[in-house]
Amino acid sequence: MRYNNRLGAKGWVIGGNYSIERYLYILHRVSGLALIFYLMCHLILTSFRIAGAPTWEAAMAFVSGPFFKVGEFLVMCAGVYHAINGLRLIIIELGYCIGKPERQEYPYTPSIKKQRPLMYLLMLVVAALVAVSVVDFFIM
Amino acid sequence: MERKTIVFKIQRYAPNQDKEPYFKSYEVPVEQGMTILECLWYIKENLDSTISFRSSCRMGICGSCAMFIQGRPRLACETQTLELKSSTIEIKPLPNYDIIKDLVVDQRNLFRNHKKVKPYIISEKATSNPTKEYIQSVAQLEQYLQFNYCLKCGCCLAACPTMATDTNFLGPQALAQAFRYNTDSRDRAGNARFQIVDTFEGIWRCHMAGACSDACPKGVDPAMAIQLLKRHSIFGSRKEYSDYAGPLPKNRRPDIPDAPAPTVKGARTNGRGNGKGKKGRR
Repeated sequence: MRYNNRLGAKGWVIGGNYSIERYLYILHRVSGLALIFYLMCHLILTSFRIAGAPTWEAAMAFVSGPFFKVGEFLVMCAGVYHAINGLRLIIIELGYCIGKPERQEYPYTPSIKKQRPLMYLLMLVVAALVAVSVVDFFIM
Repeated sequence: MERKTIVFKIQRYAPNQDKEPYFKSYEVPVEQGMTILECLWYIKENLDSTISFRSSCRMGICGSCAMFIQGRPRLACETQTLELKSSTIEIKPLPNYDIIKDLVVDQRNLFRNHKKVKPYIISEKATSNPTKEYIQSVAQLEQYLQFNYCLKCGCCLAACPTMATDTNFLGPQALAQAFRYNTDSRDRAGNARFQIVDTFEGIWRCHMAGACSDACPKGVDPAMAIQLLKRHSIFGSRKEYSDYAGPLPKNRRPDIPDAPAPTVKGARTNGRGNGKGKKGRR
């Protein structure tokens, strides 16, 4: 009798000791799911407008607290990360910034290392945009 | 030579005996140069003969001894024990495969998917009546050579996070082999192979975590192969095809010397050597 050793969703997070891109992949998926969840909440919230101005005002008052402000900031972070990392994935999936097939000599330089300058650059962009969001949400 | 005692925590599972895998520890005196595979053999020969693992060539060629060592899929025969720099080493079977016993996993899914992508050269000429060798330039060879070194050890499938949740995904190994044969200038079945891999459960299921390339012990780089397949799917492939070698020139080039005389008297030269040191066509 064989033992099923497929890792399942936990394999996304605790799969092993790999390079950073594997964790960016997981963050990309989680941020994508978070954005879909936000979109559904957003649609439900805005639908209260149909019920008239008092209901809409009450709904707006409900989401104006600090808890929802932090939530909106996290949505902003998820959106920024998902967009910029998505741009990195599109560039790579079109075959750019990953090098070309060549004879491999140890120590090997796989495509994941070749795309790393692009990854660092775009993650700096993410950090800069998140910093701007912090100023916009909490300081200004 | 200095010896260091290292504790090996090895995941054990015996079918029809254990409900869940468990860890068992063994102390192994390790010397400089000992690989993980040698340590496993030490355990089997001296400490516990019931432990099961696969191994064959002991030199990173057969791919049998792939296992999950210290949180990464590696070949046990190519992993130096002391280079892991730990007094405790944890060894588990490759994840994302069913466990048959201890460190032995069921790789049928890997080979099934490998076969699905037609991992062989398909060419009407080659299969109907091959009469000569193909001409292939070095540049054409290097388009696929890197991917030709795949051992089918299965490390890439163990590392892939998509494989962790999707049982239908073809996997990095099979997709890399599809790219290998699609870019071979002798092969003419690129479209047939694309129908298999240019699907939701094929190349478009890969989201470029890069763990397969990170884990590959031979530098095959399946992640690159998959992204290039995506590129070919979108932009098309500018593949150069190679044909049979042309007829040999009638006159030998003057810079090619005579073949040496045969060292065995009366040996047949098949017209390639002259046997007497006189000028002749090789």
